[in-house]
Amino acid sequence: MEKTKKFIVSHAPHISGEERVQTVMLDVIIALFPSVIAGVIFFGYRAALLTAVCMAACIFFEWGWCKLLKKPSTVGDLSAAVTGIILAMNLPATLPFYQAILGSLFAIIIVKAFFGGLGHNFMNPAAAARAFLLTSFAMPMTRWVEPFEKLHLINNADAITSASPLSLYKAGEELTSFWNLFIGNRGGCIGETSAIAIIIGFAYLIWRKVIDYKCPLAYVLTTFVLSACLGGTLYSGVYHVFAGGLLFSAVFMVTDYTTTPYTPWGKVIFGIGCGLITVLIRFFGGYPEGVTYGILLMNVASPLIERYTHPRRFGKVKEAKENA
Amino acid sequence: MENKFFEGAAEKIKGFISDKKEVYTFRGGIHPDAMKEETKDKPIVDIDAPQLMIFPMVQHLGAPATPIVQVGDEVKVGQKIAEASGYVSANIHSSVSGTVKEIKPSLHPNGTEVECIFIENDGRYEVVEGLKGYDYRELSPKEIVDIVREAGIVGMGGACFPTHVKLNVSDDKRIDYVIVNGAECEPYLTSDHRQMLENPKDVITGLKILMKIFGLTTGYIGIEENKPDAIEVLQNAASLDGEADIRIVTLKTKYPQGSEKQLIDAITGRKIPPGKLPADVGAIVDNVDTVASICRAVTKGRPLISRIVTVAGDCIGNPVNFRVRIGTPFNYIVEKAGGFKKEPRKVIMGGPMMGIAQISLDTPVVKGTSGLLAFGRKFARAQEETTCLRCGKCVEICPMRLVPLEINNAYKRNDFDALMKLNVMDCIECGSCSYICQSSQRVVQNIRIAKAKIREKK
Repeated sequence: MEKTKKFIVSHAPHISGEERVQTVMLDVIIALFPSVIAGVIFFGYRAALLTAVCMAACIFFEWGWCKLLKKPSTVGDLSAAVTGIILAMNLPATLPFYQAILGSLFAIIIVKAFFGGLGHNFMNPAAAARAFLLTSFAMPMTRWVEPFEKLHLINNADAITSASPLSLYKAGEELTSFWNLFIGNRGGCIGETSAIAIIIGFAYLIWRKVIDYKCPLAYVLTTFVLSACLGGTLYSGVYHVFAGGLLFSAVFMVTDYTTTPYTPWGKVIFGIGCGLITVLIRFFGGYPEGVTYGILLMNVASPLIERYTHPRRFGKVKEAKENA
Repeated sequence: MENKFFEGAAEKIKGFISDKKEVYTFRGGIHPDAMKEETKDKPIVDIDAPQLMIFPMVQHLGAPATPIVQVGDEVKVGQKIAEASGYVSANIHSSVSGTVKEIKPSLHPNGTEVECIFIENDGRYEVVEGLKGYDYRELSPKEIVDIVREAGIVGMGGACFPTHVKLNVSDDKRIDYVIVNGAECEPYLTSDHRQMLENPKDVITGLKILMKIFGLTTGYIGIEENKPDAIEVLQNAASLDGEADIRIVTLKTKYPQGSEKQLIDAITGRKIPPGKLPADVGAIVDNVDTVASICRAVTKGRPLISRIVTVAGDCIGNPVNFRVRIGTPFNYIVEKAGGFKKEPRKVIMGGPMMGIAQISLDTPVVKGTSGLLAFGRKFARAQEETTCLRCGKCVEICPMRLVPLEINNAYKRNDFDALMKLNVMDCIECGSCSYICQSSQRVVQNIRIAKAKIREKK
């Protein structure tokens, strides 16, 4: 008999799904694309440049950290690129570049790498970096410009500013129209303004089964119901869903794998908690926007939520009934 | 890639339209590519046996059988060559006529060395005298179970649990459901599918024999949606049979639909409590091939000496379903299936989700060999394991409602208390968690080791 090589022997299963970490991250990048485009349409090339800077900075810090620790580079899993884009989407288009780079550093090194890298961080890197920037550079982080304003590529210190829809609401002034909120023709961060772009991304991620609908749905519904009640009008509910960073966070941030609960009911509770905190901050807190802190607070609670929402083991229900 | 997406979408739309019919299933599970096209439309081919046949003494769950022949003995087809050595054990019969050459430890398809009887086939296939069939209607339940035990019948879906033990239900338990498992949810395998298409009468008679044991007038056959032809054939056969009420249940195509617990849940809505058996919820499940073997044992007196094996995979020259005499070495089967068209790197006995990777092709077909799959380099390459992202997909799909990722982590830090708290022993080892894992974590593989270690400790 002819000599053949030894067979490969391994435990079952011998097949696996096509999803890998890279493919999932690539899907997220694809889903972010409409938001990036919308950001560029409304805030010009400056928005594109800021996104590129954040992405490059995140990838660089990820690579540098691996190099420093003499570990194989993890840039290939594309998670750093995703963090970079999501962070940029959460920044105003006029933010100075050095601040954006500092934010990237905070996201990748302090929030992610210090805790063991991808899969081990307990807070959403982009949300934490945004919170960090908001406390460190309060003024530039809340300088909103009108859409279609001609922005200088580098320095925009003297650009004409406008109010964000949420600060309009807080100040009791005339609200932005629903149409403008829907397409994104309003002041705000690069990626959060255009609801339609975000919804396209959401549809893509659901279709590719990358994210689960439960958490975003719970988040949006909670926010809608609570702000409709607190604001007293239905439009108040709709307004709070579409204004600010809520939709963007609902699709791209509360669906982060590592920092949100993995149990089905945990996802629902997480979404409700985020919505609750967001609305409380928006209505009663000092800031006009509460999405970032809502997510961060719930991130911290997520191991606890996981522990109490483990699914009931198969066959357990029956037993309980029989005993009763 | 693109094409696949569109096909998937088209299938879903079709699914919505044809949803009028009731389809039963369980909660969780995965949708691996069925890969059954190659063999599902090819009739079963009978093949003869090679010169040397190997009969391992372990072809069932429980104690190994004890040889009752000696080297030099003449044996005939259907002659008992080894006897059950305990209650949970099974007889083994020769599938050829010839001479006992050797009795020595040899490689078993499960990777261990077990005692095997080697028989030289004289090619005459003389059948042993005294094999006698009965009219099952005139037999008592005990007599039927005795025939099943004598015939050495075990669960042929792969688990190989001795069927007579399963059928011997204590008097305090009432059986309401007898279910034939025709789900065949493992990719590539079509042996049960072909059996149902070609021998619907055997399957139905076998089911009626089981119903007779438990005094039932209704029986169930569960078949996945992706086998509409089998559903139709059995439906016709069942309606032609005026004696019994046999219901064909359409199951959703989903892995692991053919798992005993999930199948009972889908058909009856009853969930087997942790650590209990199907009989505890009043159900008995037997695989298609097992039921057909019961039929042959009772009505024709034939012991379990052959079975249907799917031979497939990208390396097999001519993928096919064979009716194989148990004891036939794998290399002979491969040869009969047109040999290898390219160099195989991985050979699997059973399906790709739960089958056992083979070290060599010298091992024989045993009672639980539902398939023999051979794959090339691309298939055999293992994905590199990366960090768990805690995405929770394994939690979502676990048919036993466990938390595989936490079990995996607990195993890695050797925390046996945590493993017990996470109910690791409930795991049915279906492998859905490993399949779905985007980080290629070896979840079920680790669970298997953890379970073995826990059993050892006890």
